[in-house]
Amino acid sequence: MKEMTTDTLVIGGGAAGMAAAVECAERGCRTILVEREEYIGGVLNQCIHNGFGLHVFKEELTGPEYAQLFKSQIRQKGVETRSDLFVVKVDAKRREVVTMGKNGCAIYRPQALIMTTGARERPFNSLRIPGTRPAGIYTAGVAQRFVNLHNRLPGERAFVLGSGDIGLIMARRLTLEGMTVLGVAELMPHPGGLARNISQCLHDFNIPLYLSTSVVEVHGRERLEGITLAKFDPVTLQRLPGTEETVACDTLILSVGLLPQNELIESFVETDPVNRGVKVDSFMRTTHPWVFAAGNNVGVYDLVDFVTLDGKIAGQSAAKMVHDGFLPEKRVPLARTENISTLIPSLCCLEGNPFTIYFRSKKTMKKARISIGPGLFETIRMGIKPSEMVDIPFTVKHMEKLKQLGLSKIEVSLKEVL
Amino acid sequence: MERLLKIAVIGAGVVGSLIARQLTRYRCEIHVFEKEEDVGWGVTKANSAVIHGGYDDLPGTVRARFCAKGNKMYTPLSEELGFELNRIGSFVLAQKPEDFSYLETLRKQAIENGLTGCAILPAQKVREMEPYVADSILGGFWCPTAGITEPWMVAIGAVENAVKNGAHLHLSEAVTGFITDEGPRGRRIAAVKTDRSEYPIDIVINASGLYADELSELAGASCPPLHPRKGEYLLLDKFDPPLVRSVLFPIPSAISKGILVLPTVDGGLLLGPTATDLPKGEKQETRTTREGLSETLSSARTLVPILDPQWTVKSFAGLRPESPQKDFVIGKTEIDGFVQAAAMRSPGLTAAPAVAEHIVEEVLIRECGYAFERNDRFTPVNPPYENVSRLSLIEWEKRIEEDPLYGKMACVCNKVTEGDIRDAVRRGATTVDGVKFRTRASFGRCQGGFCLAKIAEILARESGRSLGEIKMRSGKTEILRGMVRE
Repeated sequence: MKEMTTDTLVIGGGAAGMAAAVECAERGCRTILVEREEYIGGVLNQCIHNGFGLHVFKEELTGPEYAQLFKSQIRQKGVETRSDLFVVKVDAKRREVVTMGKNGCAIYRPQALIMTTGARERPFNSLRIPGTRPAGIYTAGVAQRFVNLHNRLPGERAFVLGSGDIGLIMARRLTLEGMTVLGVAELMPHPGGLARNISQCLHDFNIPLYLSTSVVEVHGRERLEGITLAKFDPVTLQRLPGTEETVACDTLILSVGLLPQNELIESFVETDPVNRGVKVDSFMRTTHPWVFAAGNNVGVYDLVDFVTLDGKIAGQSAAKMVHDGFLPEKRVPLARTENISTLIPSLCCLEGNPFTIYFRSKKTMKKARISIGPGLFETIRMGIKPSEMVDIPFTVKHMEKLKQLGLSKIEVSLKEVL
Repeated sequence: MERLLKIAVIGAGVVGSLIARQLTRYRCEIHVFEKEEDVGWGVTKANSAVIHGGYDDLPGTVRARFCAKGNKMYTPLSEELGFELNRIGSFVLAQKPEDFSYLETLRKQAIENGLTGCAILPAQKVREMEPYVADSILGGFWCPTAGITEPWMVAIGAVENAVKNGAHLHLSEAVTGFITDEGPRGRRIAAVKTDRSEYPIDIVINASGLYADELSELAGASCPPLHPRKGEYLLLDKFDPPLVRSVLFPIPSAISKGILVLPTVDGGLLLGPTATDLPKGEKQETRTTREGLSETLSSARTLVPILDPQWTVKSFAGLRPESPQKDFVIGKTEIDGFVQAAAMRSPGLTAAPAVAEHIVEEVLIRECGYAFERNDRFTPVNPPYENVSRLSLIEWEKRIEEDPLYGKMACVCNKVTEGDIRDAVRRGATTVDGVKFRTRASFGRCQGGFCLAKIAEILARESGRSLGEIKMRSGKTEILRGMVRE
């Protein structure tokens, strides 16, 4: 059993973890990046489509290209990566992380810990969809892995349940590789994925999108033979009887949401019930002073660019804590108003660097007024959609104003302007 | 050379497997026929996994006789065969004042059936032990010897042990008929026909679960008609500390024990089963239904109101055989050599070890008078399936030194290493479900999201097959159907 100290330890080598590790190392911290898979890069490694990097690199990259830029920096800055390494336990009291890998057990004692463990896909089996339990039903990420990394097709005729981005990407990918994609069903009255993916992945390939529609039964005892679709009321989300329609297919791809993964730390940090991820402040610090977090384990982001940016903040903050021995403690909670679902961060510090407030609307709005405060600032944004996160820069000036106003909470409000 | 008796055990569920293993204590030629690709994939796979206390079977029934005895046999059996058994105890919960008279009946039956330690506990005590039970719970009948297990692991352990002791296992081989001839005691079994071959056989043990009546008919032996009773279940995610610690039963209905709430051995929470009687022919009708799943949840919530459907990991249905007599059918028939171990409805899992012993010792040896010699080389112990992540860190590290695959995590939800999965494949898993049931890989909250591809790769690598040939379970269940590029 090896024991070692380090300045910062980053758990999870995806987009957030790579960005955080680079920032730590750049600030002179000894940084170890732990990854349970064989390679760092996370899900980017299997996302061979383009569309990544418009915010961070101002160009369109594929997932592996985007990851490669960080992998190079990781080497240059001297981040020590440990792949094929599984974290057994995070011990908050002793500030230890226990890992197991092909070289055995190790105990790390970092000054600061950054959790970038990402999200997992909501599986079919958790949906309680009646019917048989045949082969041929995969989450979009699993199908993507089989197609892009294993050179295998899941079947011949596919239907996609859920219009999350990976589902839309896979609808296109499977079509390009010769499968027939019959359609995408979305329970909600609006798509779950980005508008550009609806256009580029569905419209461009004549794949129909059925809104307010879901799968209500699956058929086939051995391999999937078909699914029954039904319409749902857009407001009450109740199933509309008599709208059932059966479609023959041998493959069902699911893109019905991502769930933040925080099994290692959820017993000692607070979780936001709406984001389902760990609560963080504007330093990307959790409610435990030793632990920072960024990426999809905080909340599910739309764009890897946003994940990278918050990963960087986590890295910078952890490095600052390692150097200064502390971070400013005073923080004010951010509060949702009725139209807001995901909201990151949960707390705003009164000092520190500028950051971005990310939130998601529950409704589609042509034009909306966003107010932060009361009294901090207001702005008008066009084309608000639940599928697209709104990013609001929060500057040092706003922090100063916040101090002057002495607010006990910051309300994030989103109202439609008619 | 002496001629050994040839025995066919039909069905490698819990019952058939334990009978086969019991038979290997004697010198005979044993063939276990299983139509599925793996062991324990019928009734054994999808039931409540409860080792019942044996208090609720009416004294005098065959069920009562074998259930209480079977329960006691499980402790040494789990040690020998290497499956997990947790005697977490069970409650039958009273929600109305008049329910106490039923609890009192149970208490008396428990004594009559030879159980010890059972008691009727007041609400306060129940709540101390089970803090999440409904406010309406007025008290409960407590049975400390009830437990939980993984029924398929009982079957796998028994079959592995039987094979080690000389039994022949024929997987993916369905029995299609029998040849009988006239013997000194009337019509007798001469051979068993399968979809592959024909085997001269002296004794048939019919442990074919839902199909026992059909096979009896093929042999000309009588068996009450069986119909499948469907039970729908919801499996919920783990909680630490657990929400429910023991098996919680409601007051039973006229047809079944009702919908239970119980922990699984790997820490999840199981709700179910419903009880829907199906027509005789529907022996593969394991569809879940909207009504069934909603009944499962609402009934479970009458016991534990906090249960949230958002915690669902999986929903599934299983079938169990039911006969008009609502009792087991065990023993010899009018066809010489054709022995029933049929209609093993609840508490069939619990009773199975006692039934297996009875069939061999009482029915075959005593009643039928078959002369068996002891198998001197019988060894009762089957090595357990290991999960290195459950060892101490130091022990785990030692295993990694022997083989680095024990340091490579495949299933992160249930912490199963590639080494453990490889071992399961080498011990007999040929499909994704075969790996899953042996190792619990992909049994957890991501349901294979992270590990399905890894399991498939290990299966392919170990068996020299391509990924495209890997199946979920029996039949045409290939997980993949083509190449992206040749």
